[in-house]
Amino acid sequence: MSLLELDNIVVEFPTRRGPLEAVKGLSLDLDEGEILGLVGESGAGKSITGAAITGLIEPPGLIRSGEVRLRGARIDNLPPEKMRRIRGKEIGAIFQDPLTSLNPVYTVGEQLIDTMRVHLGFDHKAARQRAIDWLAEVGIPAPEARLDQYPHQFSGGMRQRVVIALALCAEPKLIIADEPTTALDVSVQAQILALLKRLCRENGTAVVLVTHDMGVIAETADRVAVMYAGRLVEIGDVKQVIEEPLHPYTRGLMASIPQIGNRDRRLTQIEGAMPGLRNPAPGCAFAPRCPRAMEHCHSLRPAPQDAGTGQVACHLYGETA
Amino acid sequence: MFAFLIRRIIQAALVMLVVASIAFLMFRFLGDPISNLLPEDATVQDRAEMREKMGLNDPVLVQYGRFIVDAAQGDFGQSYRNNRPVSDLLAERFPATAELVLVAASLALALGIPLGIYTALNPRGWLSQGLQVVSLLGISVPTFVTGILLILVFSVTLGWLPSFGRGTVVDLGWWTTGFLTTSGLKALILPAIMLALFQMTLIMRLVRAEMLEVLRADYIKFAKARGIPNRMLHFKYALKNTLIPVMTIFGLQLGGLIAFAIITETVFQWPGMGFLFIQAVNFTDVPVMAAYLVLVSFIFVVINTLVDLLYNVADPRLRAERTPARGV
Ligand SMILES: Nc1ncnc2c1ncn2[C@@H]1O[C@H](COP(=O)(O)OP(=O)(O)O)[C@@H](O)[C@H]1O
Ligand code: SF4
Ligand SMILES: [Mg+2]
Repeated sequence: MSLLELDNIVVEFPTRRGPLEAVKGLSLDLDEGEILGLVGESGAGKSITGAAITGLIEPPGLIRSGEVRLRGARIDNLPPEKMRRIRGKEIGAIFQDPLTSLNPVYTVGEQLIDTMRVHLGFDHKAARQRAIDWLAEVGIPAPEARLDQYPHQFSGGMRQRVVIALALCAEPKLIIADEPTTALDVSVQAQILALLKRLCRENGTAVVLVTHDMGVIAETADRVAVMYAGRLVEIGDVKQVIEEPLHPYTRGLMASIPQIGNRDRRLTQIEGAMPGLRNPAPGCAFAPRCPRAMEHCHSLRPAPQDAGTGQVACHLYGETA
Repeated sequence: MFAFLIRRIIQAALVMLVVASIAFLMFRFLGDPISNLLPEDATVQDRAEMREKMGLNDPVLVQYGRFIVDAAQGDFGQSYRNNRPVSDLLAERFPATAELVLVAASLALALGIPLGIYTALNPRGWLSQGLQVVSLLGISVPTFVTGILLILVFSVTLGWLPSFGRGTVVDLGWWTTGFLTTSGLKALILPAIMLALFQMTLIMRLVRAEMLEVLRADYIKFAKARGIPNRMLHFKYALKNTLIPVMTIFGLQLGGLIAFAIITETVFQWPGMGFLFIQAVNFTDVPVMAAYLVLVSFIFVVINTLVDLLYNVADPRLRAERTPARGV
């Protein structure tokens, strides 16, 4: 059984000008211990997909339809208190900015200890010892002394290490890491990702790694899912998606990666802009920018179908080709 | 921390020097002390002797220096009105004002903080919205109007509470208190409410705004994502971040409470320093006016300095850093 299943989820934000679908029917599976890269340009719906998994979509946004299942059991319709017990304990999350993710007026130790006591039922002494172990685990020197320090006494990279410790300390089986290194110095990014990867591999923790950085994906992920305008356009093994991408959008993304050795491996944008989410055209959302668009691409939406090691949603493949 | 302390004390001393200078100018330009102190039929000879005795013929700088030295020792001379040392008059009146301000400040905090938290956590509830409207009234209606309304309802119509005075007070030698008698406590209620109302609404709105801001912060989102229960999230993780700036602003407002007490004391004829000051203004009793100005400013400055120090203790980001941030 998969660890996590997203079954055709639709996430909607009611707005004054009518509902806005940020995620328009997305399905994917994740195995235990697997690292899935989630890529796509800004506004594609990556963060909202992560929030749908953790149950943290900000009201009035909501999951309009579809299901989120953890080990086969639905979690998208749980009462708030039940979902709270899952957060941190079963599904952890890491956000972008280590400078603002830590509470400035409590020591890092106190934040770790609280989190473990809430989920693991430790007494204070045991939690404190575990907190020291965790700081050591994420590579913070002199952990015993550092435990009683405040976040502002740590550098950005050190703070993100603390954030990782906090996300992992209740031993979740799944981590949603939403651009966990974007805010960090380039020289620190690789170390933090290597740390995250090592810890998740050791503990068998699965990861959904949201990032703009294809280099990061290549080094970290097992599989890659590509999102465009609220939908999954391609998913497959990392080697295939990076070396032989199927979907024209993915090809555009890969072509725009500078050669290895270049420090800036961010995606440069493909010509044109992603369409607005509000009044979607009937056909393929990528059609206006697609170099291989055909006539029926503008009127008929391509459904995801098996291709290569995964799936692709494009009229170039499968029976509609 | 030590350097900071020294710097703040020097700043405070400078402020006090400026205030004392203003007080000194009041002596020179408001009224004529000689005609205030001597009977109307005093001769020119008498007046000249009095001028000499009071040192009014000395150079201005000498007079100024003498004033500062005396003031620093709490000596502001004799009241023109009743010929008693000004320091005695103020010492008599100080407990009344202090008790009034203390009760009003406690009331404002005890109600303002919980109400602010409640409205921040239930922003759409009807009670919250009602409180927001009422608090807007509380801020915009002049305090003397609320005072008069309170008297009208609770003293005149219902006859439950006295409309003036302090009731029976107990003299402890160095302090007179209204806390120990029923009539003293009853007399405190209306003036304290009047004085507290504005501060309470201010605190409530401040706590609400600050807490809403904090609840949107990334560290709250991250704590939520770790499954921290709501109670801990609100009352531990969010509250401390909310209260640090609120306490600072409240501390600064405390001085304002003493100043606002003038109006309350006048409406309720509360025998405190503010009432004394208003009476002094009516008689151009310059020594009392000057002493009040200096004393209230002094309390202001002391409170501000203490608040600054406390803020530094409460907020770890401002505490002297023993361990500088290190590299990766
Ligand atoms: N609170 C919100 N209210 C309305 N629309 C939102 C909200 N949050 C996100 N969206 C919409 O959802 C889209 C996807 O957002 P997001 O998942 O953050 O994109 P990204 O892929 O960059 O992480 C955005 O383009 C935005 O229009
Ligand atoms: S469906 Fe058509 S327009 Fe869309 S990506 Fe494929 S070829 Fe391009
Ligand atoms: Mg995002």
